[in-house]
Amino acid sequence: MEKAQDILELERRFQEKIDNDIRIEPNDWMPDAYRKTLIRQISQHAHSEIVGMLPEGNWITRAPNLRRKAVLLAKVQDEAGHGLYLYSACETLGADREETIDDLHSGKAKYSSIFNYPTLSWADMGAIGWLVDGAAIMNQVPLCRCSYGPYARAMVRVCKEESFHQRQGFEIISKLAQGSPEQKEMAQDALNRFWWPSLMMFGPSDDDSPNSAQSMKWKIKRNSNDELRQLFVDVTVPQAEMIGLKIPDNDLKWNEATQHYEFGEIDWTEFWEVVKGNGPCNYERVETRRKAKENGEWVRAAAVAYAEKKKNKELAVEA
Amino acid sequence: MKKSDWPLWEVFIRSKQGLNHKHVGSLRAADAEMAIENARDVYTRRSEGISIWVLESKNIHASDPQEADSLYDPAHSKVYRHPTFYDVPDGISHM
Repeated sequence: MEKAQDILELERRFQEKIDNDIRIEPNDWMPDAYRKTLIRQISQHAHSEIVGMLPEGNWITRAPNLRRKAVLLAKVQDEAGHGLYLYSACETLGADREETIDDLHSGKAKYSSIFNYPTLSWADMGAIGWLVDGAAIMNQVPLCRCSYGPYARAMVRVCKEESFHQRQGFEIISKLAQGSPEQKEMAQDALNRFWWPSLMMFGPSDDDSPNSAQSMKWKIKRNSNDELRQLFVDVTVPQAEMIGLKIPDNDLKWNEATQHYEFGEIDWTEFWEVVKGNGPCNYERVETRRKAKENGEWVRAAAVAYAEKKKNKELAVEA
Repeated sequence: MKKSDWPLWEVFIRSKQGLNHKHVGSLRAADAEMAIENARDVYTRRSEGISIWVLESKNIHASDPQEADSLYDPAHSKVYRHPTFYDVPDGISHM
């Protein structure tokens, strides 16, 4: 067993590496708390990608034309891929993939609250790509420089793919916004429903985010929640204006002095309720994932049986 | 006790002819054939590769980063292995 003094020395050297922007790799020594924080964050990020397939998957069969259908399908496939890159990064920290997934199904692990809102119309596919993927990009770009190598590398790959997601969403919503009065209303309605939950995606405000300081010190996190939220508002408001939609916030105004938009108070009660499991679709989302695993059990068992049979045959030929 | 019954595979992709295979990540699959098919879907959705290697993770043996100092120490003192160690007089070219 390592002595207390040795651990202090290891911790000092670890922090020195972080301060010098040297990446931490799977076999490097790291404090237990760093490992645990990363396992929690990366697995919840992975779950968000996987659960995130459900609200959009809801519309694949009802896409208005073949082009939109092919694009939406490709986007949802990407989300599956992103989940897999992240589970893979999580496993490099010693987490077991199946246990991680079971934690999602038991409700022990969380995922992004945004996916607990329903997708009521085709316009929601536009709002999700534009706002939800837009907010995700804001969160993920700084993670490309995260101190943990496998997570940072997975994020580089994710960010490259994510920009198509946002563009296809913006294309959908701007087409609707330029369409018939009914289509424009659909677009505005989707924006009304997804605007505030998108702002909540950046997490609690800085005063209410107790773990942030440590994550910043470890360079897992590079910007505060409020910083990124402000950046998102600043870039998104002009986009909404450009396509003639109104952000559902009467307190929204440009501040010439700060060069930022000021926006209204976020309903944090709603945020915490959804985090706690009381959002409109929490139960349905987890139940769908749980059933998917249960119903796929025979496929996984069959794959193992087939692999064993094949291996035995090869051994018989060699013998 | 680990619950995962599909082994873990490391995936290496050759992005184009003439370049070496590069590690891109890992995945779970029942056998090598399935690992290659899954790697195709997970890591080459945008034509990132023309060749895939998969290797069961348990077969990889790695050096210990904590022993890096002693492991690489022998090379540190041998600066004469680099061309920059040598002075080339002015006027000498093609060297």
